[in-house]
Amino acid sequence: MMLRMVWQRMGIGLVTLWVVSVIVFVATSILPGDVAQIILGQAATPETLAAMRAELGLDQPGYIRYFSWLGNMMTGDLGTSKAGGATISSLIGGRIGNTMMMAGLVAIISIPISIALGLWAAMHPGTILDRIVTFGTLSLISVPEFFIATVAVLILAVHLHWLPSTAYMTGDETFGQLIKALAMPLITLVIVVSAQMIRMTRAGILNVMSSPYIEMAILKGVPRGRIILRHAFFNAIGPIINVIALNLAYLVSGVVIVETIFAYPGLAKLMIDGVQTRDLPLVQACAMIFCGTYVVLILIADVGSIVSNPRLRSPK
Amino acid sequence: MTEQTASKSEAEVIADLDAFAELPDAPPKRKFRLTWVGYTSCAVVVFWLAICFIGPSIAPFHEMDMDGDDSFLDAYSGEYGSFHLGTDYLGRDTLSRVLYGARNTIGISLAATLIAYLIGITLGILAAVKGGWIDMGISRVNDAILALPTIMLGLIVIAALGSSIPILIGTAAVIYATSVFRISRALGQDIMVQDYVEVAHTRGEGIWWIIRAEVLPNAAMPLATDFGLRLVFVVLFISSLSFLGLGVQPPASDWGSMVRDNLQGLTYGSWAAIWPALAIASFTIAINLIVDDISAKSGGSLAKKMV
Amino acid sequence: MEKDKLFEVKDLRISAYNDEGEEIPIVKGVSFDIHKGEVVALIGESGSGKTTISLATLAYTKPGLHFTGGECQLFGKDVLSMPPLGQRDLRGGNVAYLAQSAAATFNPAITINEQVTEAAVLHGRLTQAEANKRAIELYHALELPDADRIGYRYPHQVSGGQLQRLMAAMALCSKPDLMVLDEPTTALDVTTQIEVLKAFKKVIREQNSAAIYVTHDLAVVAQVADHIVVLYSGEVMEQGSADQIINNPQHAYTKRLMAAARPKPTAGMGVQVGDEHHREADNMRVEDMTAGYGGIVDGEPVVPILRDINISVKNGHVVGVIGESGCGKSTLARVMAGMLPPARGDILLDDKKLKGSLLDRRLDELQKVQFVFQMADTALNPKQLIGNIIGRPLEFYHGLTGKEKHAKVSEILDMVELPPAFASRYPMELSGGQKQRVNLARSLAANPEVMLCDEVTSALDSIVGANVIKLLTGLRDKTGVSFVFISHDLSTVASFADEIVVLYAGRVVEQGPTDEVLEPPFHPYTRLLISSVPEMRIGWLEDTMQKREMAVGIARGVEITRQGCPFYNRCPLAIEGTCEVKIPAILELEKGHQISCHLSLEQLLETEAETQKILHGFEKVGDEDQFSTAH
Repeated sequence: MMLRMVWQRMGIGLVTLWVVSVIVFVATSILPGDVAQIILGQAATPETLAAMRAELGLDQPGYIRYFSWLGNMMTGDLGTSKAGGATISSLIGGRIGNTMMMAGLVAIISIPISIALGLWAAMHPGTILDRIVTFGTLSLISVPEFFIATVAVLILAVHLHWLPSTAYMTGDETFGQLIKALAMPLITLVIVVSAQMIRMTRAGILNVMSSPYIEMAILKGVPRGRIILRHAFFNAIGPIINVIALNLAYLVSGVVIVETIFAYPGLAKLMIDGVQTRDLPLVQACAMIFCGTYVVLILIADVGSIVSNPRLRSPK
Repeated sequence: MTEQTASKSEAEVIADLDAFAELPDAPPKRKFRLTWVGYTSCAVVVFWLAICFIGPSIAPFHEMDMDGDDSFLDAYSGEYGSFHLGTDYLGRDTLSRVLYGARNTIGISLAATLIAYLIGITLGILAAVKGGWIDMGISRVNDAILALPTIMLGLIVIAALGSSIPILIGTAAVIYATSVFRISRALGQDIMVQDYVEVAHTRGEGIWWIIRAEVLPNAAMPLATDFGLRLVFVVLFISSLSFLGLGVQPPASDWGSMVRDNLQGLTYGSWAAIWPALAIASFTIAINLIVDDISAKSGGSLAKKMV
Repeated sequence: MEKDKLFEVKDLRISAYNDEGEEIPIVKGVSFDIHKGEVVALIGESGSGKTTISLATLAYTKPGLHFTGGECQLFGKDVLSMPPLGQRDLRGGNVAYLAQSAAATFNPAITINEQVTEAAVLHGRLTQAEANKRAIELYHALELPDADRIGYRYPHQVSGGQLQRLMAAMALCSKPDLMVLDEPTTALDVTTQIEVLKAFKKVIREQNSAAIYVTHDLAVVAQVADHIVVLYSGEVMEQGSADQIINNPQHAYTKRLMAAARPKPTAGMGVQVGDEHHREADNMRVEDMTAGYGGIVDGEPVVPILRDINISVKNGHVVGVIGESGCGKSTLARVMAGMLPPARGDILLDDKKLKGSLLDRRLDELQKVQFVFQMADTALNPKQLIGNIIGRPLEFYHGLTGKEKHAKVSEILDMVELPPAFASRYPMELSGGQKQRVNLARSLAANPEVMLCDEVTSALDSIVGANVIKLLTGLRDKTGVSFVFISHDLSTVASFADEIVVLYAGRVVEQGPTDEVLEPPFHPYTRLLISSVPEMRIGWLEDTMQKREMAVGIARGVEITRQGCPFYNRCPLAIEGTCEVKIPAILELEKGHQISCHLSLEQLLETEAETQKILHGFEKVGDEDQFSTAH
């Protein structure tokens, strides 16, 4: 039963990925109308336009273009960037590592902090510290990421001069310099992602806390810590895994803002540049990477909550 | 409450029973009421909504006026009177731009959220009530769109179509209609399996009556709170796009782009980037606090019994 | 006796506070004692404060309630004024609690054994190894199947009746001085209830621990209690020994409770109606009907529920449908109402065939057959005024509007004995019984010929439920409406129905006039049901447990079989080689009384006489509890 559900989810994940590719393709190749016109701009002559169309294969029907695009994408041929004519794979290759490193570091730092704080707040509901955590996280999730980044710069860079306000990287920094360069974007993202995760962890636990079996645990004289960690946490773990995955996926949008603000040479910055210059092949490739990651993370969350449910794990 | 502390006599108890004075099942329920946090937050939201309308008429300068000779002036240093919040990177009055910007940021977000609700609720309730292939079809498409990070969708559409206010509103509306669809469909489905809806079915009621009399009144409150949350997301979405330079285009003022434009001023200690950011924060935090206040759950009350 | 005193509740007061900060007293000065080895029953209806009082012995109140006075002394020491850590040790250590619904009280993510032994180990009363050993002993004592290994399972892997007993093991594991049992058998079928009661009684006796037994059911109290405290609205009405309260109640309220308690169903209980409504014409009929869920393949439902049902509802009659949960009672009513189209067979109203699905039925057909849902709480839209709820059928079927409608609403409210002012209230402002009356009123407003009532009194307190039955009887006499009255409670059905249909596993095993059905010969299943209804007599449980048919498959789950007699695996009289393969023929008796059994009438009568004789000496037969609460 469990295995079947997991396979089912994987199947749905694959279908979703496929639909995503259709959406990305339609949005970037069909919606804008004449891509050749966009690329060449107003100055294009009818001849150059026709040549461009032929070169891009625009004279072929949409579905043929879609399948050849999909085929190329799967074989690793992401096409050529409009700007400078570099291959997109090489552009992305240079950036993807930076973004991955950032996302990985954020996850490593924020997951333990969030779960610990979330559990702690749930364990002491109504206390002053709990209220501070609740109000603080609510405020943090209500404001845009760039606001947090701005305030961080104001405090840490402008007033305290502890950290640089940008995260330029040349590739040959020492470890210390690397840490210093990464600190600002890291702090911003950790705050943004953790706030959401703390709230959801706390809510997930408190949601379980109104169950009759929690009251029973209290009536059995089970201490507070054990109620939360043994009785509540194991029932809330499905939702919590979900929250973690969703928030890691949420990093995708956080990364876009943070990379821009700190001029961090990552994939998201590359994509924003692509959008600004309307470099559609580049946007397509980056969007597929981001969306693909997102879909995979959500898939992991789904599978995680199935596996953590004893009803599904050990059926009757 | 009547006086109950005095012991009842036998006769009184029996009289009670005969008069169907059944005992209440539980202590009286908590009535809907806001705390002071809720009221304060309401005031903040009302304030900003009012500014959307009267902002331009009370602003000391026009949003485009470059009245300060220098950029990033401090308050009270201008020769044309005082710039209460200083000037921005082009020497424009920050206060005026914040007041003007409310109209763009909140107006665009509100319009997008309303359209998202119109689309989302219509399709969601339809899917919940009709079920079958209509539900299947809409839900599958919706899931696919929901499976994409919102900012990515925004970026893709803007890469394709360029940025203008109608495109911003339309994009945000479609993107957030998907979540409205999901919640109203779930609500609708929950309500549709309630016994009272089945009673209406067995009576032979038509689908419109069921939607109007049974589904909507019960979905109204949860949808209203969700509207608040959704509006916050849209404000953040629009501001983020503006911040990336892909939203509201200059010279129009908008809180998101104001932060972006004045970012470099931070290094000189100018607050020109902070004020619009604070404006966004005050609006969104206030909405979230109201929602939080309304939907305060008693989930913690059992937790307080832990030793 | 004084030195045996274990627990003393002295002038206990508990209050709630509303939004305005006003104090609302819930428990108003209650006192009683508990002695070693004694079972004290707290009896009362909902709102009497019985659960609140019982929880006070654990120094606990539900969220929102506060202790405002009095003491609860364990061995002379007040537990309410103990420090929090002392109270923690008390809970699950000295005093153990058993909740009403074991299914909700067991943590779904933790194995049974860990939950059973948790309190004993945490309070340092036993080591884990000792606790494990004791748990297994308790599982054996509670007659749980597979006792050595059941602890490794998760709660969803065992049945409801088993969970209820496992909870007893959980409470007993730390050898508490006092056990608090909060309506532990209320949610169970009668046949399962007996089994669980028996197990509880046995362990309480063996452990020589004291207990508080909270319930609204006098008949259950009579089986387990030594001392009874009668509560109403947070006050003690009367208390005394079980014998005195049951056999010689003094307070008027206790007498009321006794009167509302369901008597043992016996022949002669059926309401005799002979007025003008009582005609012999069939109002509604079900012919050769088979129904189920999951679609229909080759004329058979994929998941069959009901099979070959033939029943008729005569004008102005009440037909009671009885059976355990899972027998298909509600499905029968749903098929009649058109909510579930049958796979085969016909439903006739006034000799005209009705379409299977209500979507295809005409409006006047819908109006004539009204379905009343079990839970008024969920059947009334919380956002609609009572006036609109009752007014809608008037408007929808009869086109009444404005003043006319308003007047009719008042009239109907009066019929269900509610004041007309209720029209401008919301369902939330009404009590459970009042809501059920509104629920009935809505169906009455349609001016129906047949009302299908699905367990309408099951969720109500005994006095309130008895009043609703009284109301229904009056309505039937006044309006001539026919009723199909579905209930798992044989005594309620017997006191109200002209005819009884006994359903087992989707088949009619016996039907006929109430008096005939309740008189021998019985179908073996009918006998099982009748003998499972607790009598309000001290010592009844012991007597009953010795009867032969009670020992056979008593708590076995209802299994829907595709061939043979479905009751085969629970039947003490089953004929091997016949019953499990052949569908039994219908034995026609006088006055339309039918029994579906392979045994002949003579055999049934004979075994009946034998069972009466056999009171001792039998071997326990049959497998243990297969009862399943899955889904």
